[in-house]
Amino acid sequence: MSRAVLLHVGVIALLFALQFVLSDYHHLTLTRVMILSVYAIGFNVLFGYTGLLSLGHALFFATGLYAAGLSATYWGFTAPTAFAAGIAAGLAVSLLIGAVALRTTGVAFMIVTLMFAQAGHLATLYFGDITRGDEGIVLPEASRKFAMLGATVDLADAGLRFNLALVLLAVTIGVSLLIVKRPIGRVLIAIRENEPRTLMLGFDSFRTKLFAVVVSGTISAAAGAATALAFGYVGSTFASIQYSIYPLLWTLLGGAATVLGPVLGTLVMFHLVDLASGYTTASLLVVGVVLVLLVLFFPKGILGTVRARWLPWLP
Amino acid sequence: MAAVTLLKTEGLRRRFGGLEAVGGVDFTLTAGEIRAVIGPNGAGKTTFVSLISGRVAPTAGTITFEGEDVTGLPEFKRVRRGIAYTFQITSVFPKLTVFDNAALAAQSALTGGAGFGHGATPAAIEARAMEALTRVDLASRREQAAGTLAYGHQRLLEVAMGLALDPKLLILDEPTQGLSDGEIEGFIALTRTIATHATVLLIEHNMKVVMDLADRITVLDHGKVLAEGTPAEIRANAAVQAAYLGGSA
Repeated sequence: MSRAVLLHVGVIALLFALQFVLSDYHHLTLTRVMILSVYAIGFNVLFGYTGLLSLGHALFFATGLYAAGLSATYWGFTAPTAFAAGIAAGLAVSLLIGAVALRTTGVAFMIVTLMFAQAGHLATLYFGDITRGDEGIVLPEASRKFAMLGATVDLADAGLRFNLALVLLAVTIGVSLLIVKRPIGRVLIAIRENEPRTLMLGFDSFRTKLFAVVVSGTISAAAGAATALAFGYVGSTFASIQYSIYPLLWTLLGGAATVLGPVLGTLVMFHLVDLASGYTTASLLVVGVVLVLLVLFFPKGILGTVRARWLPWLP
Repeated sequence: MAAVTLLKTEGLRRRFGGLEAVGGVDFTLTAGEIRAVIGPNGAGKTTFVSLISGRVAPTAGTITFEGEDVTGLPEFKRVRRGIAYTFQITSVFPKLTVFDNAALAAQSALTGGAGFGHGATPAAIEARAMEALTRVDLASRREQAAGTLAYGHQRLLEVAMGLALDPKLLILDEPTQGLSDGEIEGFIALTRTIATHATVLLIEHNMKVVMDLADRITVLDHGKVLAEGTPAEIRANAAVQAAYLGGSA
């Protein structure tokens, strides 16, 4: 096993061990952080490795969230099926959005993705009869209970929820590592670094970028579906612009184009906001200041800086 | 052996606003030859090969490669058919290692441009990339970031990327620019070995390189073919001399 793989296995083992020492409050926070870092990892596939900045990832997150939440509420899907529905919907939507948005580049791509996400957010409000808009829906308890290997699994159980979130995170880290380490990862980075040259090497960059959007969007949707099922609630806030900016912030903080950066960034930001809200109600101001400081002094983020200075092998 | 036509352009034109950079070029390239394209600055040489490689779309005319019309194909599809282009202004991936640069070309060739999947095991990619790097003598620098290479070495890396693509037609746009005399000697020898497998289309200002290497020479001036022939014929051509020296033919 390479040291890179070893490091990631170590991080997952550490997270597993943490559940035995954390207080209830931190236990719950870490569950949330793990699920949302899945979202950040998905975002990083597109932003960090492929160099495409989407300002509309909330659309993919909310697609997974609503596909899981609504299918559980209205069609009686239980958690595993609802989760699969979230992933399938994320795949379809990211394929569609990618095929359209990738006809643009640079700033236009940012605007187009932003507009799609705004349309998505407005749709969740417009169809308020179904989604109950900002107020949202609390998922039926039955949908979060399901039978697995003869036992009944209840997602309201904190311990179980923690470990399922950890499994999802571990799988996502694995996928991210696999993409980065395989030849396809090299092509993604090549597109980020010099797309015209990549074309002149015979690569169809449109298809490769579409692949990146679909992987990124589907992982984001998986995180959305997990959020809905783990915490039993879906609402329009999750589709708002804020949820498009968060993964950008987490990724920048932890280190874009590093596998673990988004996870670390999510964790640090959560605790920072937590800490700040002890002193002020303007905790979002803290978020903003952090973002400005980051861009000014640590454009590579925490793990990006660590890689540049000390650990060049970090994937 | 009968001469096989690899590439043919007919009435190829490209206009940039009021300037006709390439003005109706009929050009035929025979498989296996080394062809040099020369001409004064602004003669349209780079535009001409950009039209062939697909980086620039023609205003009019057709390009036929191996008997098939490729005029409408985007650049990446032409690369897949075997037309490789090395950039005049060095365009390696500066932040990636020398190895990764060559590996990108190798995996493109191994997978038909998909970049992953069938045939592109990491070991196969590595073998092919290292072979190309060895041929340009850059194997020992494999872990160095390409952007930190000396200019001459970046030019050679460009050539290595072209080699790893294993093209049928390799277009070299001013490959010896910025190379030392010793490096130029090495480059001439390298091009001769490349020419045993591929057809080479060379844009070059260094007349020693052109006269040493080229089987035939095409002279462009003001976007048109001024003359074409063997090095000896071109040397003796009065119109060519006039175009270069600025006199009237």
